[in-house]
Amino acid sequence: MHGRPRKTAKAEDLVASAAKAEKLRQLQSQLLRNHNDRIYNKEALEICSKLLEVNPEVYTAWNYRKLAVQSNLESCGDHEVVQSIVNQELKIAEIALRRNPKCYGAWQHRKWILNLGSDKADFDQEFRLLDQLLKADSRNFHGWNHRRFVVALKNVKEEEELNFTTEKINTNFSNYSAWHNRSVILSHLMKQNAPGFDPREKVLTEELEFIHQALFTDPDDQSGWFYHLWLLDQIIARDSPFLISSWPAHGTEVILSSNTSVKDFQHFESTEYAQYIRALPIVLYFNQAVKGVNSTTVTVESIFTENVDLIWKPLSASNSVEAHCWVTYLNISERDCNSLEPYSINVSFGNTQGLVSSDGCPLSYACQCEFSLKISPYSPGSCSKESNVNMVHWDNENFSRSEFLQIRPFLMSYQRQKIIANSELLISEWCSETLSREIMLFRKLISEINCKIAKLTLGRLLIARNFILSRGIQLTKNRTHFEETLQLYDDLIRLDPSHIGYYKDQRSLVLMDQVTSDEESLRKHCWLPKELSLTSAGQSVCLRLNKLSLTRIGFVERLLWVNMLDLSHNELQSVEGLEAMQLLSHLNLSHNKLSSMTALEPLRPMISLQALDISYNEIGAHSIDTKRYQCASSPLSHPAGTCGDVQGFEDFDPEEVKLYWDAILIFKHLHLTQLDVVGNPILNEPFSSLMIRLVPSLQWLDGRPAQQS
Amino acid sequence: MEAGELEAEKHARYILSVEKRKDDLESIVIEHLRMNGAYWGLTTLDLLHQLGAVDRNEVVSWVLKCQHESGGFGGNVGHDAHILYTLSAVQVLALLDNLDILDADKVSSYVTGLQNEDGSFSGDEWGEIDTRFSYCAICCLSLLHRMDKINVAKAVSYVVSCKNLDGGFGCVPGAESHAGQIFCCVGALAITGSLHHVDKDLLGWWLCERQVKSGGLNGRPEKLPDVCYSWWVLSSLIMIDRDKEKGGISDRPDDAVDVFHTYFGVAGLSLLEYPGVKPIDPAYALPVETVNGIFLEKRRVASSQ
Repeated sequence: MHGRPRKTAKAEDLVASAAKAEKLRQLQSQLLRNHNDRIYNKEALEICSKLLEVNPEVYTAWNYRKLAVQSNLESCGDHEVVQSIVNQELKIAEIALRRNPKCYGAWQHRKWILNLGSDKADFDQEFRLLDQLLKADSRNFHGWNHRRFVVALKNVKEEEELNFTTEKINTNFSNYSAWHNRSVILSHLMKQNAPGFDPREKVLTEELEFIHQALFTDPDDQSGWFYHLWLLDQIIARDSPFLISSWPAHGTEVILSSNTSVKDFQHFESTEYAQYIRALPIVLYFNQAVKGVNSTTVTVESIFTENVDLIWKPLSASNSVEAHCWVTYLNISERDCNSLEPYSINVSFGNTQGLVSSDGCPLSYACQCEFSLKISPYSPGSCSKESNVNMVHWDNENFSRSEFLQIRPFLMSYQRQKIIANSELLISEWCSETLSREIMLFRKLISEINCKIAKLTLGRLLIARNFILSRGIQLTKNRTHFEETLQLYDDLIRLDPSHIGYYKDQRSLVLMDQVTSDEESLRKHCWLPKELSLTSAGQSVCLRLNKLSLTRIGFVERLLWVNMLDLSHNELQSVEGLEAMQLLSHLNLSHNKLSSMTALEPLRPMISLQALDISYNEIGAHSIDTKRYQCASSPLSHPAGTCGDVQGFEDFDPEEVKLYWDAILIFKHLHLTQLDVVGNPILNEPFSSLMIRLVPSLQWLDGRPAQQS
Repeated sequence: MEAGELEAEKHARYILSVEKRKDDLESIVIEHLRMNGAYWGLTTLDLLHQLGAVDRNEVVSWVLKCQHESGGFGGNVGHDAHILYTLSAVQVLALLDNLDILDADKVSSYVTGLQNEDGSFSGDEWGEIDTRFSYCAICCLSLLHRMDKINVAKAVSYVVSCKNLDGGFGCVPGAESHAGQIFCCVGALAITGSLHHVDKDLLGWWLCERQVKSGGLNGRPEKLPDVCYSWWVLSSLIMIDRDKEKGGISDRPDDAVDVFHTYFGVAGLSLLEYPGVKPIDPAYALPVETVNGIFLEKRRVASSQ
């Protein structure tokens, strides 16, 4: 079907074509008749062979052949007959493959015959055929697949196959299929700790040597670069998971006041609480995605909730049972609010089995966090659900600086934990040395040639090195090179528009790393909002990250303490990462590039969110929703155990559901008091009225009172 | 975007003429995959707002003639059942809003019977395994609201085991990444809510590298571009939400030589939000309208009596 240009037909061509068509039609209808009537004699098989010679794509003909083989073998199991059948079938498949080396039916038939008569087939011939084919077209994946099949069938040693790839690569460095195959074989060998391929550091160092040759011979060829990237990934492979951040932080005192942003439980589907109570989140953030966080693996000692009753949730925008970030909530009842004494809360884990990484690796060491909770006097008037909330404004006049702003308590959430076991440095010497060598090499390369992918690789290496250095518990001062990395991505944005989205995302992450890496840089972005009163930490702080050309958010583990965040005037299409910010009560996402309601999925678990500004985005502007399948709660995708019944839309008009199912899913469980949506094409009368019905707590919509009395 | 409008009616007439034409060599050679052709043709018509031109009853009765005792569908009357054509049949009936004519349990039992121990799917009783078939099974059962009939967790883990060094997917574990296979695997993961297994940055990068100097897209490194790759690459990029660069892609459906390529060209344009073309769902490869109707309204698929 591919690569056939349209031509106008000449008269004699038409006649010839009509004759061919008639012949083919006869062959096909005869084949179908024989198939239907189960006729497998010599004549019928001849017809089938003729057909497959002309049109090897007719899959039913290959099925017919298999049935014929089965039937003929049944009637006669004589060794010579079987041998001749095997040869015959292999011959027919070969004829078809010479005509079309990509014919699925022919390859499958060959495989079926080889499985059937593996003792009767000539495997030298098989390898010869494959060699011919891969010489003619070294990228024919059918050939490579068949080769892997035959190799497995004949128990050929993986080292031999590795040599085959080396041979292919040495013939032509630009052989993506060979590099791919190499990565598959090496993965197996390293995983099995096969002799000669252990330790993996040795293998990886040798592979780096090998790939350097290819890269420096022809830097513009893609094949080697993907392989190099894969090697990089193997080098910085993560081992045991460990905690990198928590909220509250170890050794801190949390103050909950009566009009704090930490609110009540209504988003839980389970019990309805008659009294007005509070939920205190406890957030744990690990260096990689983990699973098995529950009340057996994590113990929380407090007077508020029995440990066994605590439910831990993964905080991620997907359906995965694994996440970097996990949360549970302690119930704080009215009764508890009357005490003036601070309460002590202790969180410990790592003592029992079960908390593991995706690969099943248990925690590096046991861990314990202790903090205290103080509750300001409960005053009946001020904590009623129905009390009027003032509108919050985000413009500059509302913020002020303070030289005395205490950032240190906030940074503690990232830096400190009490560790029971010895905290050895978790950085592998070999890993950081290898990365440093690679960085030097690529710096040299890009000084000599202007190669976009070399720059990208250097960028990735610098980010990788920062990443592994951050495995050390203390924030080290050596983590510089921000400017160099930012410059590399700025260059790439200019040089290579075909990947501009990727470069902007990486650049945004580097920028976020830089901004949040130490007290001094964080202080530059912290402001005091004049309108907000005390928060749980005793001081209201707004983190302002506007106008930074951010396309993505990162390093949220350092921002778990934030309750007011301004991300306006950026280029955000995604707000993934925000779901971890359980204390966030005021969020400004205006003037970004959010293109759908489904893009707001990460906001669903944010129990503290009160004021949300999504004005001047692109919601409703696009007919294609690229977040449709990123949205974990979407009714269009069905994780295991569900079968696609529509749920949760009972209270809504079917037309409303079709238009606004995503808005309904996102906003149903939030307790917003303030919402700004103006400047999005989705905004109209039906939408506004839906929002007001959907969010009963809403008091301000686009600057005007929401509920009419 | 190229100057000149998309000639919706011209494309519609072409497709309808192909449907009628059965006796020339080109048509006979692809007779065995007429069910796929029906899906490509009818979806294209619907995307161009021209589905009304089709005789629905004729199509539906022909589709049913291709069904076997097993519940599966063949590529044409008299041809053996296969999962590829079973999906196309279900998609055609979905387009024509006639899924209720099916015995959904019967069709799903055919598909369920093709799942193997390791979670993979065979194409038919002869045992060929390919992630294309994982996609067909998952998409088909999802449209029939019968996903609970297969082992979804295993199906997902099999697809994930086909992930490669470049973030892409091949037809079986160890097979090289290819845009068509990537579409199938990403689609299967999307429909099963399992996209968190995809390294979106890495795969997004690889997919964007498919764009060649002429603006077209190829299926893997150092290969020639073809319009069908536009669909597979674009829909995958959209499902993993890495499509920011799509503005640079040019497409010329006027050069399409067959229904297959016409469909992919028009579907690609739909993903690029071309005016006059209905939006298409990137995972189910059906108009968004059709998909929303199936999943956002109460169940309308009949179960077995």
